[in-house]
Amino acid sequence: MTTNLGTSPDEVQFRFRDDEPVDHATVTVDSCCDQTNATAVRIEPGDDTRVLLPFLDRLALVEVNFPAFGDGRGYSSARILREAGFTGELRAVGAVLIDQLSHMRRCGFDSFAPDKRLDEEDALRAFATWENVYQRAADARRTIADKRHEA
Amino acid sequence: MKILTGNDLRTGAVTWWNGTGWSLFVDDAVDVGEDAEEILAREEAARRVNVPYAIEATIDAAGHVRPAHIKDRVRALGPTVRRDLAVPTANKTGWDWVI
Amino acid sequence: MYRYDQYDKAMVDARVAEFRDQARRRLEGKLTEDQFKPLRLMNGLYLQLHAYMLRVAIPYGTIDARQMEMLADIADKYDRGYGHFTTRQNIQYNWIKLEDTADALADLATVEMHAIQTSGNCIRNISADHFAGAAADEVVDPRPYAELMRQWSSFHPEFTYLPRKFKIAVIASEKDRAAMRLHDIGVRIVKRDGEVGAEFYAGGGMGRTPMIAPLIRDFVPIDQMITYAEACLRVYNRYGRRDNKYKARIKILVHELGAAEYIRQVEEEFAHMLSVGVEPPREELARIAEYFAPPAFVDGPKTVDRSDPDFALWVDRNTHRHKHDAYVSAVISLKPAGGIPGDATSEQMRLVARLAREYSFDELRVMHTQNLLLPHVRIADLPAVWQALDEAGLGSPNMDTIEDIIACPGLDYCSLANARSIPLAQRISERFAETGRTEVVGELKLKISGCINACGHHHAGHIGILGVDKKGTENYQLSLGGSEAEDVSLAKITGPGFDEDGVIAAVEKVTDVYLAARSDGERFLDTYRRIGMEPFKEALYG
Repeated sequence: MTTNLGTSPDEVQFRFRDDEPVDHATVTVDSCCDQTNATAVRIEPGDDTRVLLPFLDRLALVEVNFPAFGDGRGYSSARILREAGFTGELRAVGAVLIDQLSHMRRCGFDSFAPDKRLDEEDALRAFATWENVYQRAADARRTIADKRHEA
Repeated sequence: MKILTGNDLRTGAVTWWNGTGWSLFVDDAVDVGEDAEEILAREEAARRVNVPYAIEATIDAAGHVRPAHIKDRVRALGPTVRRDLAVPTANKTGWDWVI
Repeated sequence: MYRYDQYDKAMVDARVAEFRDQARRRLEGKLTEDQFKPLRLMNGLYLQLHAYMLRVAIPYGTIDARQMEMLADIADKYDRGYGHFTTRQNIQYNWIKLEDTADALADLATVEMHAIQTSGNCIRNISADHFAGAAADEVVDPRPYAELMRQWSSFHPEFTYLPRKFKIAVIASEKDRAAMRLHDIGVRIVKRDGEVGAEFYAGGGMGRTPMIAPLIRDFVPIDQMITYAEACLRVYNRYGRRDNKYKARIKILVHELGAAEYIRQVEEEFAHMLSVGVEPPREELARIAEYFAPPAFVDGPKTVDRSDPDFALWVDRNTHRHKHDAYVSAVISLKPAGGIPGDATSEQMRLVARLAREYSFDELRVMHTQNLLLPHVRIADLPAVWQALDEAGLGSPNMDTIEDIIACPGLDYCSLANARSIPLAQRISERFAETGRTEVVGELKLKISGCINACGHHHAGHIGILGVDKKGTENYQLSLGGSEAEDVSLAKITGPGFDEDGVIAAVEKVTDVYLAARSDGERFLDTYRRIGMEPFKEALYG
């Protein structure tokens, strides 16, 4: 029933990891909580990401789906996972657009499977938009305030 | 009659479909009848107009094209409170035309 | 006031470059209008009735002369020689071209200005008490806290696609001059046992479902303020409604959960966030605060020759008590009788800039009432300031009177509007000025919105007017008893609506009722609260 869920490694356009991508399908959050062997899960906007926290050790891939680009719940989901120490692949899938990439990256996403392939050049420029950042987020970058006050 | 209006993508100026292109003057608007959807889709895809839509209009007693809704009449002429900035059309019967 | 360092400058420059690229992709067809719209909105660019409209941020309403001169230059170079100051202390240009926008933003960036997050479903420009740094009654200057929030909220990666827009106001006195409790989050900086902290209110707003924000925490230690705000936003981002844009503001979430449950969730998230560590280093607030050190005030005369009655009236009406007794704050009225509330020509902006340089330590404020303010004027300089303002049509002595009308752009400019607001404001202010009733009536805050979105704050007007569409014609609903101040309340509708002439007559009638019924010293609002709606209804519909 859940075998068609999720993106395959071929659909991943940008990946900022060196390990081998998971090559099997994801399951829903509910299934993940029931199945003790699931290693890949897909979060929908309405899911409570925190129910996954007890299972993070066995998860290698979390996909966060953006059915509509204007629904920003997935950004919180990503940060919550990283704040809880999740180190596996965090993949943004669905309506992932050029101008969201830098923010998604800051929220902890390290792979991107847009449902429409993005212009490569525009996307790489978008990832590099912000040389500096104001706030702390999931990417552990030193903020502007940190730089201002470093010894 | 049914006429088409939108804004120019680059400048934002209000425009009206005149049968072959987009005019700044509401009096140039033509009745598109059944072709509205087709023209709107084609013109927006070609970025010759931005967020265009079809509206109802009539020809008034003085022979001017008069959009049915006040909002489009304000668009046709300009802000009623800044008459110095009106769309330069000499053929309107006056600001009462808007209200 | 605050000055950019290399980092702030780099951020604004990067945003200009990003927007230039976004506009290019739109013009090349790589972005659809649906995709581009949220991007341009997050940079303050709307598509309005006649053209694109650019909203430029004036963080917490503070700017200097050089910046005001740039606003004038933008008006001349890219627009039609004027701009419109808004209730959130920003400025809007009505005739900007998409193809010019990046150039205009680049010009603004040269004077440390931008249009970042002046629209869109993100944290908007932070507003503050317009008398900040000058008011005699403030606990501290609220602007350093607002600036800290500005930086935190700029390009916040998690909160760029919130359920809906999010407005924050910061004040630091008992008096509320920023409509703080009608914001998504209202912050009052307070002192408790000598320690500075923040009182948080959440879930206020106007729009179609007006709500007054409940208190959600009476004291957040100041070195946890950003963390607490982040917790408030995360709960909202995760659980604010996204199924209906009219129910997507945080006020609906707080209302539906109940304040207690919202508070519980925020506290839980706050405790978690404290462990994550998102607060900027403490030295950052101290660094920002240095920029807001009071200017070098000097002692001087505390009184001025009032023999000219016009001048005396202006002093009484338009100046506000200052923390230094040789100074006042002087309101520059953008409400000439018969004029367009909040509009200023480029010439007027340049004059105001010159006055700021000469008489107010190079500082200006934009007030939420759509006026401008010289925050620090020596009492001895008031005659010169008044004369210059009066000659430029900026000297109307009408602060907080019925002529000092807040009005949204309405159907003359706005694509959302159902009815025009400005002509009503023009006619009402003209009528009351001509008959001399403005002074007789005294403080009376009249606020006009051209649609239910309530940009003209009609819910918070002592008298409110809401324009609606009645079968294709403009119709106006009258409401009474609202207040945006510390005595915050929401106005109630009187009854059936009126046409344009009718609503103007109705405003006169309700002021008649007030004048007949008022006790000594009562404002319109006080009388309304004492006698209730009935006598007004009777006069209007009886």
